[in-house]
Amino acid sequence: MLNYILRRIGYSLLILVGVNLLTFTLFFAVNSPDNIARLNIGAKRVSQDAIEKWKAERGYDKPLWFNTKAEGFDKVRQTIFYDRSLRLFTLNFGTSDSGRDIAHEIANRIPASLALAGPMLLLTVFSGIAFALLLVFFRASYLDFWGTVVCVVMMSISSLFYIIMAQWFFGKTLKLVPLSGFVPGLDLVKFLALPLVVGIVFQLGSEARLFRAMLLEEVGKDYVRTARSKGLSEPAVLFGHVLRNAWLPILTHVGALLPYAFLGSIVFESFFGIPGLGTYVVEAIAGQDFAIVHTMVFLGSLLYILAYLATDIAYTFVDPRVRLA
Amino acid sequence: MPKFVFLWTDLVLWLVVATVIAYVVHVRRNADLRKTWQHVLHDAPAMSAAVVLIAFISIAMLDSIHFRPRLPAAPGAATDASVAYATRTVSPLDLLLRHAVEAREKTYSVPLAYWSFQRETAVIDGKEVRELPRLAHGGSHLQDPAREWKPDLLKRSLAGITGGLASALLLTFAIAALRGRTAGGWSQSLVDMLRGQTEIPWRAIVLTTAVLSMFIGWLAAIWPVYHPFGTDRTGNDVLFQALKSVRTAVVIGSLSTIATLPLAIALGVLAGYFKGWVDDVIQYFYTVLSAIPPILLVAAFVLLINVYIDRNAENFATGVERAEFRLFLLCVILGITGWATLCRLLRAETLKISELEYVQAAHAFGVSHWRIMRRHILPNVMHLVLIVAVLDFSALVLYEAVLSYVGVGVDPNSSSFGSMINLARSEMSRDPVVWWNLATAFTFMLALVLAANLFADAVREAFDPRARAFRPRRFRLKEAT
Repeated sequence: MLNYILRRIGYSLLILVGVNLLTFTLFFAVNSPDNIARLNIGAKRVSQDAIEKWKAERGYDKPLWFNTKAEGFDKVRQTIFYDRSLRLFTLNFGTSDSGRDIAHEIANRIPASLALAGPMLLLTVFSGIAFALLLVFFRASYLDFWGTVVCVVMMSISSLFYIIMAQWFFGKTLKLVPLSGFVPGLDLVKFLALPLVVGIVFQLGSEARLFRAMLLEEVGKDYVRTARSKGLSEPAVLFGHVLRNAWLPILTHVGALLPYAFLGSIVFESFFGIPGLGTYVVEAIAGQDFAIVHTMVFLGSLLYILAYLATDIAYTFVDPRVRLA
Repeated sequence: MPKFVFLWTDLVLWLVVATVIAYVVHVRRNADLRKTWQHVLHDAPAMSAAVVLIAFISIAMLDSIHFRPRLPAAPGAATDASVAYATRTVSPLDLLLRHAVEAREKTYSVPLAYWSFQRETAVIDGKEVRELPRLAHGGSHLQDPAREWKPDLLKRSLAGITGGLASALLLTFAIAALRGRTAGGWSQSLVDMLRGQTEIPWRAIVLTTAVLSMFIGWLAAIWPVYHPFGTDRTGNDVLFQALKSVRTAVVIGSLSTIATLPLAIALGVLAGYFKGWVDDVIQYFYTVLSAIPPILLVAAFVLLINVYIDRNAENFATGVERAEFRLFLLCVILGITGWATLCRLLRAETLKISELEYVQAAHAFGVSHWRIMRRHILPNVMHLVLIVAVLDFSALVLYEAVLSYVGVGVDPNSSSFGSMINLARSEMSRDPVVWWNLATAFTFMLALVLAANLFADAVREAFDPRARAFRPRRFRLKEAT
């Protein structure tokens, strides 16, 4: 087990290096440091001196990949790539191009993202499984048929419609919930209720259909027939046997959703004005702030890798037959 | 002759249509494939969805031939003067709906209205009155709108819907007569069709067509003199915007899916077939790609093309060409960033297949690697490609709206469902509410995505034996008899 985890960590580091290379290439393929400087200083006519000064302050005055002026190892170390990428591995995020401390900003925004995304992930999975169990329990009946139809219709509607309609109906017409104003405390519950409900409803269709397919695959297996033939009731078969065996694919799916819980749903955060990581990313994209985008990509991939590792380890608890080696 | 403008998106879209037709011919010749596709052909929801999809795709294809019409020669110009072309690039759809393009109002107007949305000051009998002025085009044929408006609407709607119904009935009889030649006379054939006792679900097809043609008939009667779905902030006809958006959606859905295929198929099969270090390298690539949050990856690529287009602005003669090039690149980007899922599936399937005996036998006979992959492995993983491709279509149409919202979607000048929804966001907070923009985008998008989803479901069910859904008995044909 320990051996396996060590090997996985080594592989993860390799992937993070690849992610860094890719983001770095993509970003600097179009934006020279001079452009970034001009964009950030913002004035109309910027003197070359001001650009050089701005670049020197933020370490953009070095060459991108390879420093011909330096000696020995410094040829690689005295570059923007080395500066920007390697220190991310020590979780030192540095300052954004506009001069703010990124780590501080992220730490401030994580609670807001988690307050929405954490409950949303749990409730989405829970309601999806509950609905899927209902459909599977009444499988091959009209309830199942029309339930599946409803699922398909629900997943054919864009998330933006759910948000706009919910905001208009519950926020503007009924005035049940506040539409903006993210404040910590008890009011937060009232404020987050709408995005939570909308988030669950909009994912219910696709999630329930997916879980239904996973459960149905188990229902057709021999052990289910055996369980029934020894006289177990249908609920006992469903909850005691089928659900237990379907945990493995369900877990895989939830693992893939985990990174988004932390990064925050970009659309939801910006529609409801929640100052989380999602809005941070949107602002950074709009402002072409490379330092922030780079950090968020790194963070996102790190979470992705951790989530997959966690999923693999969780397999061993859910299914004793799985051994990591 | 007008001057044809060849846009990348148009060319690829027509290529896709040609490929689909070639595939249909291929299926007709191949007994196994024909049998599998018959599952889809016998599925009522799928065939209804197919009718709707065909309608949408015809609109998209009508909008995918672009040309600049020839301007009439200036009076008194020399006969050998060079021909002048219009600066606007138009498509057959634009020409067909010319009246809707030209019937521009000042600003918002309610669907079917003859009055404007905003009050204006008018002088009546020497006094200044704030009133709702009449629209320039919507309902302009009415002499006394207050009295004539309702009867006129009713009369036109009735005539349009009746016309649509009549043509649908005509079609039904035509199909019954054609079927009747082999199915025991046309009256027997008609009864079978209406009872739903035919192998191909003609009843569902005919019903869907009837609903569609009644809608088209209604539009044909109403649209020339009213705005059936109102007008937007700049006074443009909303229905026309929606029809133009259909093409953007179809382009994004199909081109992006096509763009994932080369990388996914080549790398997936290679990884699964050669294993070892080839597999490791390819797995490394797609893990890196899928580790990056997708929206960030797309955003980074889109920033890249924005800069590229800005730097090469002189390469694009018209705004349409620039917008289309952007759309094309967006599809390529969605393809480059989205191939990992299919690649993973193909790799796993190839791993399984390459262990089978017939592949071992091919090795023993000394068949080359390339030939084994092409002749023995690729045809046996194509069903996965087909399933993923049809499933991706609807997901991408929905994704476009989100991308446009984040600001990395299609060109702001080209109409798309995403930009329609984006505008609608602020319109919903106006008083009185401007709801028709959102409602139209919603209806069209839902119809397109739902049809695509239903069709994709049937395809998956036919090609993936594990996905055969449980259905109530009554929905199965032929079992009672």
